[in-house]
Order: sequence, then C-alpha cells, then structure tokens
Amino acid sequence: MIGKALSRRHLLGLGVGAGAATALAACGSAGPGSAGGSSAATYWSLSGPPGEPARKAAIDRFNAANPDTKIAPLFFQNDAFKQKIKTSIGAGEGPTLVWGWGGGTLRSYVKAGQVDDLTDWFTQNPAIKDKLFPTSFAAGTVDGKIYGMPHESVQPILLYWNKNVFEQVGAEPPQSWGDIMALVPKFNAAGIAPFALGGQSRWTNMMWLELLLDRAAGPEVFDQVFAGEPNAWSHPAVLEMLNRVKQLVDAKGFIQGFSSIAADTHADQALLHTGRAAMMVHGSWSYGIQATQGGDFVKNGGLGYMNFPPVEGGKGDPTNQVGNPGHYLSIASNATPEAKEVGKKFLATLVDDKEPGEWIKTGNVPIIKGSDAQFAGQPNGEFLKFVYDLSINAKVFAQSWDQALSPTAAETLLDNIAKLFQGQVSPQQWVDNMNAVIGK
Amino acid sequence: MTTLAPPAVRVSESRATRAGGRSGALIWLTLPALLMFTAFGIVPLLGVLALSFTTWDKIGPIQPSGLTSWTAVLRDPDLPHALWVTFLIMGLSWLVQTPLSILIGVFLAAHKRYRGFLAVLYFVPLLFSSAAIAIMYKSLLDPNFGVGSGPGMGLLRQDWLGDSTLAVGVLVFIVSWQYIPFHSLIYQGAVRAIPTTMYEASLIDGAGRVRQFFSITLPQLRYTIVTSSTLMVVGSLTLFDLIYVLTAGGPGDATLTLALDMYKTGFQADLMGPASAIAVILVLVGLIMSQLLRRLGGRGDESQQEGM
Repeated sequence: MIGKALSRRHLLGLGVGAGAATALAACGSAGPGSAGGSSAATYWSLSGPPGEPARKAAIDRFNAANPDTKIAPLFFQNDAFKQKIKTSIGAGEGPTLVWGWGGGTLRSYVKAGQVDDLTDWFTQNPAIKDKLFPTSFAAGTVDGKIYGMPHESVQPILLYWNKNVFEQVGAEPPQSWGDIMALVPKFNAAGIAPFALGGQSRWTNMMWLELLLDRAAGPEVFDQVFAGEPNAWSHPAVLEMLNRVKQLVDAKGFIQGFSSIAADTHADQALLHTGRAAMMVHGSWSYGIQATQGGDFVKNGGLGYMNFPPVEGGKGDPTNQVGNPGHYLSIASNATPEAKEVGKKFLATLVDDKEPGEWIKTGNVPIIKGSDAQFAGQPNGEFLKFVYDLSINAKVFAQSWDQALSPTAAETLLDNIAKLFQGQVSPQQWVDNMNAVIGK
Repeated sequence: MTTLAPPAVRVSESRATRAGGRSGALIWLTLPALLMFTAFGIVPLLGVLALSFTTWDKIGPIQPSGLTSWTAVLRDPDLPHALWVTFLIMGLSWLVQTPLSILIGVFLAAHKRYRGFLAVLYFVPLLFSSAAIAIMYKSLLDPNFGVGSGPGMGLLRQDWLGDSTLAVGVLVFIVSWQYIPFHSLIYQGAVRAIPTTMYEASLIDGAGRVRQFFSITLPQLRYTIVTSSTLMVVGSLTLFDLIYVLTAGGPGDATLTLALDMYKTGFQADLMGPASAIAVILVLVGLIMSQLLRRLGGRGDESQQEGM
C-alpha cells in the first residue's frame, strides 16, 4: 500500500514519456516557434525571484521596442524545469531560447545537435561579448565553440563566518588551511561547531572539494577530468584534497548530524546565524538568506565573509573562484530562422543599461562589466562590490563540478562525495570510483 | 422420484443459462477496466521493458543497445545493496506493523463508544500525505533545531537521520506510524466478521481472553494477515516519497531502496536504460513476493484488488 499509487504513476510517466518521445522523433516535424507565428520566439526559464521578475522585465522591454516581433516566456519551478527542458529538447519540442546552467547539460545538447553555435554571432557582435565577464564564457563553451551566452548573475563560493562567536572565542578568521585546522579544536572546546554543513544535499560538501583542489593544484586537474582524459582523478593533488577533507571530518570540523541536514530548508544557514556554527562555505546567495532569515544578524554586522584561503604549498592561484560563473542562454537548432533571429536580437537586450539594475535589486551581482557603478547606495552595496571584484579579478572562474560534468558522472560524483564524508569510501576508493565514470 | 426429476433438470438448465448470460455480460462490463489497464498498465510496462534494452539520456535519440543496460545494472554493486535495504525495510516494517495492527484492530473491534472515538484518532496519520509526514518528522528530528533541542529533551537529541543504523530504524518507525491505521482498520473489520457464537462456545468451555485471542481470533484472521502482509510487502517495495524527502537515500547510501535507486538512475543520472532495467526488476520482485504470499494464504485474498 505504501506509496504505491505514486510509484505506479512514476512508471507510467516513464513509459508514456518514452512512447511520446519515440513518436515525435519518428515524425520529427513541428519545431519550436512554429505554433506562435514566424516572428515569435519562445523562452523557458525558472519561476520565482530573482530570475522571473528580471527576465519578465527584459522581455517586456524587448517586446515594447520590437512591436512586430514577440517573445513568449514560460516559467517553471526548478526541478520541473530540469525534467521538462531535457525531454522537450530531446523530442524537438523545446523553446527557441534555452535557459540553462551550461557545462555538462549544454554539452549533451551540443552532442545531440540541439543548440546552435554562437561563436560567429559573438564575433559579429563584439560589443555584447565585451560587456560580459570574460571568465563566464568557459562554462558556455563546448570544444572551443560558444553555445551558451552567459547572462544573469555571478555567484562565487565564499567562506562566511560569524563575527560574534569569533569574538566570544577570541579567534581570527583563517588565512590558510592550517589556520582552519587550528580553529577546529578551539571552537569544539567552546561547544560551537566549527563549520555548518547541509550534507544531505551533497553539492554542499562538493564545494569543499572544489575549493581545496583548486587551491592545491589550480583548475588544470578538473579541466582534465572535464576533457575526459583517462584516470584524470589519479593526480596526486586529488588524494591530497580528499585527505584534507577526511582530516577535517575526523577532527569534527563539521556540525554533528551534518549528513541529515538539507540545504534547501536553509537549516545550515540557520546554524551560522544562530551561532551554533562558527563558519560556513557557501555560495554568494547565502548573504541574502542570512539577511532575510537571520533577524538582525547581517544588519548588525555579525556576518563576516572572505575569499577561501590558500592551502600550504598549494600551486593554485588563490584569486581563482568556483561556483556559478553565470547562467546560459542558447538558441535551439530546430527553431525557424525567423524565431532564431528574434532570439538573437533578444540576446542584445540582456546586456542593455536596464539589465544590471534588475539583478542588483534582488541582491545579485550582474554578470555585466561596470555594473559596480550602481552598487553605491544599495543596502548590501559593500557585499556586492566584494563579490563583483572577486569575480571580475579571478583568473579562472570554474563552474561547479556537478554542473560541469554530465548528469551521469555528476550523480556518481555526488554519491561518492556523500560516502567520503560518511566514511563509507576511502580517498583511494573515491579516486577509483570516479576514474570509472570519466567521459561518461 | 420421477416427479421430482423434471424440475431438477429445469433448475439446472435455467441456472446454466442464467450463469452463462451473466458471465457474458460480465466480460462486457470488465471491458472499460481492461482497456484502461492495458493502456495505462500493460503498455507502459512493455515500454519500460523495451526501454531497458536501449540507451537514452533523454536528449539524444533512443538507441537500441542490447543487454548493456542490464549488464550494467546487474554488475553494479548498488543493486544488491538496494535490494538488501529494500528487504530490510520491508521485513522490519512487517515485524513492527503486523502485531501492532492486529492488537489495535482487535481492541477497536469491540462496540464501545470510547473505542469508536479512539478509532477516529488512530486513523488520523493515514490522512496525511507522505511528503507532509516526511517534512514534519524531518523537522522534529533535526539534530540541532528538532525536539532534542527543547529543554529537558536531551535524550531525544540524536543524529536520527544522519546515522546509518538509526536512519533505517527511524524510517521503519515512520512508515509504521503512517500505515498501522490502515492495517488495523482491515483487522478491525475482519474481527467483527468472526461469528460471536465461537466466543460464546469458548466461554462455556472456560477460555479466558488470552486463550480466545490465540485459539479463535488469530486463526480466524489468517487470510486477513495474508492480505495485509501482501499490501505491506508490495508497498514497501515501491516505498519512495517518504524516503526521498526524509533522507534522499542517505546518509551515504544507507537508506537507498530499489525504488529510489531507479529514480536516481533515471531522473538524476539520466540513464534511462538502466533505470528501466531496475524498474523491471522491481516489478518482478513484487510479482514474486505477492505470488508467494498468495500461495501461503490459499485463496483468501481473492477479494482484494491489489496484487501487482
């Protein structure tokens, strides 16, 4: 009886979806945009702030400026979007403008011939390319060609700390990996967890690996994994990174019970602003969450934030960033030529003068150069400036691993990371398991 | 004798025609249900079976790939682990639910006003959706902000869902909490169907309440136990929503059941072929388990519609 109806529906969905996809692949006719007239383009993206209001505003601007063309947007919830967009694109029924995270998923679209190469278009429109953060293009590029235009906002991963508990314990923010390890017993002795972590979500743990590997060896090691080179995870820096994580877990560096804390409920954020944990490694979006859910914590200057410190003897440039170097917009290959034209015209709207304000308004740092001129007077202006400088000065802004890799490899990665933190796999087993899915 | 013969023949004749007519009509009556079942049960099932012999990442074309998905799934160490977790949760929740459901069912079967009130109260957990239950327990059991953080509740401050062993136990507890109302309802109905004359006779023989329970009630509930167990077993096999929200298969892979493995393989890792193979395995295990239980219980569960 338990959950039976759900699972049956589940199976049905699977079967029906498969059937529909085959049928559509067989006839392969109706492409995107064909329903809404020749001069209309469709656009699918995520619902809710900050994306939906900012994007609606841009589309309104575009439609007002171009009365004979039209963009019809559709907004979906995050998880629904992820499922819907893949199946629709696979069936040739996707939108003209494909919103995405770049990386592995974009690569699958490219492999299936579903999105257009925009390299020439960017060469013809250098003004647009020049307005965007140069480091953002990597995750929208596949085999040297640009398939996704970076847009929206940049979100690097930072080290946050609670100034109140640091004062209480008499500690200084860490300037190196050694400092971090030295702070762990200090906070544990005071009954405060050194680090908050929402370990059930798995990508939260992954941020530690990304930063530690980059600080130890730079972005080259993961680049080799991304390029599908056999045994790329066998680089000695990987074992070094895994052992560091293991040391931190063994030293009780993370809050007790971290593996049952899910990040989507923001329980990990609450640990920091309630002072139960002293530090946290998290995306730049955490600032907004702390500010809205932490009461007076941010307003009273309780939240400290900094770039993740270097590790001793590390070869990686400590100004390198990891996280979300942007979101990406692609043009569907099987859209009508007219719809594609409208779509490309719309891309220019995404770097116009009004665009940065829409993102700053929601507490995000726009991906557009010079947008820092508008930070002054914003309630979180100082933080925005910090993130802007960090992102624009980064030599490399690497994409989160789970988004850079294919969904297949990403799932294995996340599983193995969870098991590493749980002590269910050793660092060496981790390397072997991950080598087995390189290029998949 | 001869005078009696003709009516007897006539009766049997008319019975035969009536029966034949009725079964003819019955076939027509089952047609809509059969069509629905074929369209929404059999066809997708065949679709999944076909999909398990292909490779598909949901974006590219579906390509036949022979047995690759099957060998990948059968060689994957996750499969025996997921099977083990599935059977562990199935076995433990059967062990917890069955005795408690029988006791509550027997208790509620008596026609007393306060028990009628209790029956309503006991039934409440079944009215919640699994997702709501999971979210509620997840908040309650939170190691830092849950019930354990309340004053004087230090004992309850465990890493309930972050410890491999505890997480399985907690899961079994919550599943039982949710479904014992349903099963005790079945038992309540079954106990009320036991003829009271049996109890009256045993009373004359001097049997006490305990003796009555073991010598009359329990044997009379035999078929009900089989039915209820079948539902539990099949339900545990497809248990998904509760675990997905509560632990997402974690910590590590401690609560990764077959249904969850299927979801993660298909919808998170985009491996539709192997996910379909896992789905087929799930269906097969379910069929085998329910057939086994059917054998065990003879024809006692024939009135139940469940069984797949």
